[in-house]
Amino acid sequence: MSVALKQNPVEQFLRIDRMPHIWCSGCGIGTSVNCFARAVLECGIDLDKLCVVSGIGCTGRVAGYLRLDSFHTTHGRAIPFATGLKLANPDLHVVVYSGDGDLAAIGGNHLIHAARRNIDLTIICVNNFNYGMTGGQVAPTTHHEKVATTTPYGDPEYPFNLPYLAASCGAVFVARWTTYHVIQLTKTIVKALKKKGLSFVEILAPCPTLYLRRNKLGTSIDMMKYFKEKSIIKHGIDPKEVSLETYDKEIIVGEFVDIDKPDYLDNYNEILKKKLGDKFQPWGGK
Amino acid sequence: MAKIKWTTADPKGVLTGAHYLDGNHAACEGALAAGCRFAAGYPITPSTEVVERFAARIPLVGGMFIQMEDEIASSICLQGAVWAGLKAMTVTSGPGLSLMMEHIGLAAMLETPCVFVDVQRGGPSTGMPTLPSQADMMQCRWGSHGDYEIIALSPSSPQECFDFIIDAFNLAEIYRVPVFFMMDECVGHMTEKVIIPEPDKIKVVERRWTDKKPGEYLPYEPDPEDLVPDMVKAGDGYRFHITGLTHDERGYPAATDVEVQDKLVKRLCNKIYKNAPKIWKWEEMDTDNCDVLVISYGISARVALRGIEMAKEKGINVGLMRLIVVWPLPEPRIKELAEKVKAIVVPELNIRAQVAREIERLVAGRCPVIPVGHAGGTVHNPEDIYKAIVEAAK
Amino acid sequence: MAEAKTKKKKFRGVVVIKPEWCKGCEICVTFCPTGAITMSKNFNEKGYHYPEFTYPEKCTGCGLCGLYCPDFAIYGYREKIEEAEG
Repeated sequence: MSVALKQNPVEQFLRIDRMPHIWCSGCGIGTSVNCFARAVLECGIDLDKLCVVSGIGCTGRVAGYLRLDSFHTTHGRAIPFATGLKLANPDLHVVVYSGDGDLAAIGGNHLIHAARRNIDLTIICVNNFNYGMTGGQVAPTTHHEKVATTTPYGDPEYPFNLPYLAASCGAVFVARWTTYHVIQLTKTIVKALKKKGLSFVEILAPCPTLYLRRNKLGTSIDMMKYFKEKSIIKHGIDPKEVSLETYDKEIIVGEFVDIDKPDYLDNYNEILKKKLGDKFQPWGGK
Repeated sequence: MAKIKWTTADPKGVLTGAHYLDGNHAACEGALAAGCRFAAGYPITPSTEVVERFAARIPLVGGMFIQMEDEIASSICLQGAVWAGLKAMTVTSGPGLSLMMEHIGLAAMLETPCVFVDVQRGGPSTGMPTLPSQADMMQCRWGSHGDYEIIALSPSSPQECFDFIIDAFNLAEIYRVPVFFMMDECVGHMTEKVIIPEPDKIKVVERRWTDKKPGEYLPYEPDPEDLVPDMVKAGDGYRFHITGLTHDERGYPAATDVEVQDKLVKRLCNKIYKNAPKIWKWEEMDTDNCDVLVISYGISARVALRGIEMAKEKGINVGLMRLIVVWPLPEPRIKELAEKVKAIVVPELNIRAQVAREIERLVAGRCPVIPVGHAGGTVHNPEDIYKAIVEAAK
Repeated sequence: MAEAKTKKKKFRGVVVIKPEWCKGCEICVTFCPTGAITMSKNFNEKGYHYPEFTYPEKCTGCGLCGLYCPDFAIYGYREKIEEAEG
């Protein structure tokens, strides 16, 4: 007698009534969602308390496909919304799931302040090197000299080193993987979810329809092979060293920062307890 | 049936007693009395005292204040707090309100119950940070892109800053809409006696929590009577999704469905239009058989009292309609009075007749509507209001 | 002469496919370590070729196909053979 076929564990997270999703064939976002789903299951987080907040863009659509309390907010502003959710109810487990343009361009200011405050959030940043949803414009993560619709002759700018940005502002857990490194990525997301304070996980992903096509970089499979070839795992390396200026540079991946620091609410409660004594009831603190 | 539950204020937030407070401080106390337990703000003159007091008070009341990195962050942070279950507000002035526009639209679209306090100052741009105006009245209603409607109130004394901000929070909860508390620097920095009653004398609306179970609840299924959907909060197992995209009753994006758009946007506006009779709030003085009607709001209505007094001394029969809820305007009553008077005079601290032109539109020629504008920086000289009344009486 | 001992496999790989969700990116087939899945000649409703579990005996149940799939259209896992056969 054969056992009934098991269900894909990601399905319990999906709004099945909205499948199949809108992401392109070979898009890296779906791959990241698989890893996220497996990581959540492994952490044992109460799914009723898990909130996902997204911004605008292809990665921003993640919130809409997840069968959790999920919020599709405005462009660049997922982090302050998530901050409000978390501070109002510290029992919630809040994840920000958004793209490189959303989090680092228009949302850049909020990223650095959330890191500085060490708000207890997990930020998952899918970096596909351009603005996908709107047709492939240049982003602060586009490789130098690569073509995008708003830099048709090549990008004169150099991209952000996002792990360095997050770490330098105070994030307590910073990591980068690619959509090739699905096993490692899943393990890292488990750590990021469990970590108290601001965790930032950058996931390099292919955008085959736009970035890869415009720059003649092949298919999604070609980029995965490129990730495999160019990646070097260097856990614990100073994030200053992991920039990705040009496409031909090596890609340093791994868990770069993992430190322990009181988070925003710890600090808030501590200061108030000191000043107000027993009159003060700690807010959400354990 | 609309499930509106009235209760009384949580004593923890009520500073019962007679106080000597300025409008900003009174507004903060009113918010706390109304049950506001979260604020996100950014410093901006002349509003900052509201959040400074909130920051000092909230740790002992129980709640949270955070100064965010800018007004854009503040205006969405408070919405996160609302969806986590708290009553929340942000406080700003003109330049900050301009920055908040996208998120005002988001609040209207997500139907997030919340309060935006605007302590208006001279504008445009950096303008006159320390001096009053009433020049954001159109902006608060029309500022964000797209079609939606909001509610706006205007107090004219510190006592009213306390009393009416409670109304603002209640209206926000009943209609699941961002409500604007349009103060001005004069009222905000004016210090007067403020009586804060016992908690059981303060009526407060509970959030319209759904009584449906997870699986049955739809975030945007409106009550058939008042067109407003019931609310939930994150963490209770509803597994809801909400989006700023045009959405159906499930909350799912329907960004290319023209019928859904039609239904949704019309409902966002109709929930205010249809319920307007329950939202209107105004006061009248001597309007029974007046020849000239002064319609005003906020600090200008208070200054107008002197202009009216001067006119009465000259024998002119003039009455006052003081708007407390400015948007929506009490259309039927304005039209009714417009039939009977020679003219309507509208003093306000802006020069483009921001509320006056809306009154003129409603009046539709029944009588002349004479705006008494002022560029702001101080309140009207009552003489100017008096002169306008005299002209109107001719 | 001693009988050659046949090693009995304790585990086997199982792959479940949802052809209707597949967008034919072929990542699963490319990165399957053993070549247990191949692309079908058939199309789904949207016009995409989808994978088929062509060589089940090669599958180790590593699950990479499922982890990679951007469309949640395939899921691979390992199961114990004794359990599977009651």
